[in-house]
Amino acid sequence: MTHDLLILGSGPGGYVAAIRASQLGLKVAIIERERLGGICLNWGCIPTKALLRTSEIYHYITHADAYGLSVEKPSFDLKKVTDRSRKVAAQLNSGVKSLMKKHKIEVIEGQGRLTSATSIAVTTASGTRDLSAKNIIIATGARARDLPGVEADGNRIWTYRHAMVPPAMPTRLLVIGSGAIGVEFASFYSDMGAKVTVVEMLDRILPVEDADVSAHVQKALTKQGMAIITGAKVSDVSPGPDGVTATITTADGKAATEHYSHVIVAIGILPNTQDIGLEALNIATNRGHITTDPMCQTNVPGLYAIGDVTGPPWLAHKASHEGIIAVEHIAGGHPHAMDVGLIPGCTYARPQVASIGLTEAKAKAAGHTVRVGKFPFIGNGKAIALGEAEGFVKTVFDATTGQLLGAHMVGAEVTELIQGYAIAMGLETTEAELMHTIFPHPTLSEMMHESVLDAYGRAIHF
Amino acid sequence: MTIDVTMPALSPTMEVGTLAKWHVKPGDLLKSGDIIAEIETDKATMEVEAVDEGTVAELLVAEGTENVPVGAVIMRLDGEGEASPKAAPAPNPTPSPSREREGSSSTPAAAPAPPAQPTPLPPAGGAGGGPSGSRTIATPLARRVAEQQGIDLSAIKGTGPNNRIIRADVDAAITSPPKVSGAGEDERRAERGPGEGAPVPTPAPTAPPAPKPAAPPPTTDIPHTLEKLGPVRKVIARRLTEAKQTVPHIYLTLDVELDALLKLRADLNKALEPRGVKLSVNDLVIKALALALRQVPKCNVSFAGDNLLVYDRADISVAVAAPSGLITPIINGADTKSVSVISSEMKALAEKARAGKLQPHEYQGGTASLSNLGMFGIKQFDAVINPPQAMILAVGAGEKRAVVKGDALAIATVMTITGSFDHRAIDGADGAALMGAVKGLIESPLGLVA
Repeated sequence: MTHDLLILGSGPGGYVAAIRASQLGLKVAIIERERLGGICLNWGCIPTKALLRTSEIYHYITHADAYGLSVEKPSFDLKKVTDRSRKVAAQLNSGVKSLMKKHKIEVIEGQGRLTSATSIAVTTASGTRDLSAKNIIIATGARARDLPGVEADGNRIWTYRHAMVPPAMPTRLLVIGSGAIGVEFASFYSDMGAKVTVVEMLDRILPVEDADVSAHVQKALTKQGMAIITGAKVSDVSPGPDGVTATITTADGKAATEHYSHVIVAIGILPNTQDIGLEALNIATNRGHITTDPMCQTNVPGLYAIGDVTGPPWLAHKASHEGIIAVEHIAGGHPHAMDVGLIPGCTYARPQVASIGLTEAKAKAAGHTVRVGKFPFIGNGKAIALGEAEGFVKTVFDATTGQLLGAHMVGAEVTELIQGYAIAMGLETTEAELMHTIFPHPTLSEMMHESVLDAYGRAIHF
Repeated sequence: MTIDVTMPALSPTMEVGTLAKWHVKPGDLLKSGDIIAEIETDKATMEVEAVDEGTVAELLVAEGTENVPVGAVIMRLDGEGEASPKAAPAPNPTPSPSREREGSSSTPAAAPAPPAQPTPLPPAGGAGGGPSGSRTIATPLARRVAEQQGIDLSAIKGTGPNNRIIRADVDAAITSPPKVSGAGEDERRAERGPGEGAPVPTPAPTAPPAPKPAAPPPTTDIPHTLEKLGPVRKVIARRLTEAKQTVPHIYLTLDVELDALLKLRADLNKALEPRGVKLSVNDLVIKALALALRQVPKCNVSFAGDNLLVYDRADISVAVAAPSGLITPIINGADTKSVSVISSEMKALAEKARAGKLQPHEYQGGTASLSNLGMFGIKQFDAVINPPQAMILAVGAGEKRAVVKGDALAIATVMTITGSFDHRAIDGADGAALMGAVKGLIESPLGLVA
């Protein structure tokens, strides 16, 4: 055996697992075909946050008057905007590199392929390297799903990846799919001045969120000038020299063909399970995702899988957490299994969305008698002072036990707030402890308190 | 010199006790009269005072330990001066079990004398079983669900971070009742409210055998919760099983017209109003039973093997539903007390019973019992005799019924009473005489206040 542990893929699942393995004294190597840090920090979470920061500031500048400021003819340089985003990604990429070095983790650049449950052949620039270890973690992630019959060529038709380094600023943009990725790009381009249309196949945008959140975001985006079409299908996407035509068919059967300057396809992702040697190992999968147990073990002894390749939710923090669990299990520890009900999710559109746990509908469907609290931003002093008086914090409790089943927030900075509820839920607090918690004034977090109080008819400020 | 303090016998029937709470810790200087511990007996929680002076050297029984035999050493004192090595006190004098016909003392003795030999008890909780035991670590949600479902957290092994008990552990305990942990298991104790039993079974060599469950431990798939029996419930179960298995009951039922008694009660209450006394029907029935027992002394007895105890006083045990279970405070000498005295005593005793504050002498003894379920609308029932007593009167609800008077139908307020008699001591004819006497006293109630 050349190593104790081999990790295939260096995204937020793989590189975090590698560091933990090093901490636990394992001799570990990580194999990456592209860039350290994976999609997340090279082409996902981080560079999009850089772009969205730009569009947010641009929004404030174009609305500076509301704050008593005068700005004449604000404008932007798209290349500088994307350059900044790339620089942020590059900075973090080199950060991961130095973390690998610090923890003495061997990084092997190349395409890895499992040749057995305990060995990987890596095709590198300088030839093939054969590695072996008692344990292997597959952390190969996922990629964008294609719309059948539509090739995202990067010219007029984009995936998230193209949308992050746009060759030109879209004027009329069609976003197909209204999950977090679709809504974030829609928000970015809309704030930067594009006329944006979002089409969702299901009956509401951000369909995994609480229905109240979806409705609020849809209203807010519409108010910002976007066209939101739900329960609709897109077909006949055909690029031409000066744009793309696409046909949108709504639930009532009406079809309309429109012309757009660009199209972003954001209809979900596919796990990266091809060409890594899984077929020969008879590894169990479910809808293409690798099937794992609570300790992230596959059906093949010694072989683990973490992150997007194992299924939803496709979130970096889920991958990282699974990486820790897998490595600690490999090292002989007894880590606590992941509670998928406690994974928060964030969407960084304007307005932001953050949630954890069960939606009100899902809580009821699961048989809970619920108590629901809801507190609006308009009732919060800090929100009004910020000029961000739209949004709400919703909490869902089990009426019998006082268990916090879920929390759903929309509005300014909620992505920074949700962790409070995550801690509360992780520690299994009830409404009583949350009520007893003193929240600082003036902060947006006071709304988290008020929402809990409201669930029990005790909200103070609304 | 070292003084052993033993588990005191706090009542004549006490065989074991639960060490509910320590009020002292090693190093404390004790003066005579200081409260050292709270002991839960089969019926009540009582404070134990120190008789000896000295410094607490060692607490040998952990808080919450159940079934500590009377006489077992529970604490060691480093005596100062010439303190005599005497055990902690029993607060009330233990009556002689072989009492002859004497009307002075209060309690007919029942249980065998407590074991005389002090028995050393292995300290609970393994080595160094001091009072500062571990506390149960559980999440707020786990605590709440456990409380709602009546689950004893201390019986649950936590699987959360640092073995914290999480909700899933409680849920698991609800669906599959935990097996009783043996000695050497990781023992944890809950912060318990008063009156609850301690969760950790402690091996107590001389503890009396627990009542064998008639049925095997229930194993069922039906959704359910498991509630640990408190000491009171255990005693009720043991004593009533004993009564039904060893005492041949006969039941005699009569209808009694109440109208005269109700009128008398109304008149009396009017007269007593300035004194703040309000008589209940039950107070008058207590008096009637007591007087009837004196009129028919063959029914005011206890069966005692080769002997029959024939009482010269009627002490009536009155069944009261307390939160921890049935308990029967006693109106001593109810035959000689006025109904207003009976009424105010009963009121005080019932309040104490419901608060769990009855002293043993207030509920141990009695020559016959009375149980009234009339307030719940029960028409008639057969009560279980409370040994060593030989009879209990079960009182149903007073209600207007059609009765035949002469040859005509009339309306009268009628209640049905049933006497249960120990046939070893009382024959049917004697029982019938008692029932007739009760009926006569209720229907011509002036005798109750004569």
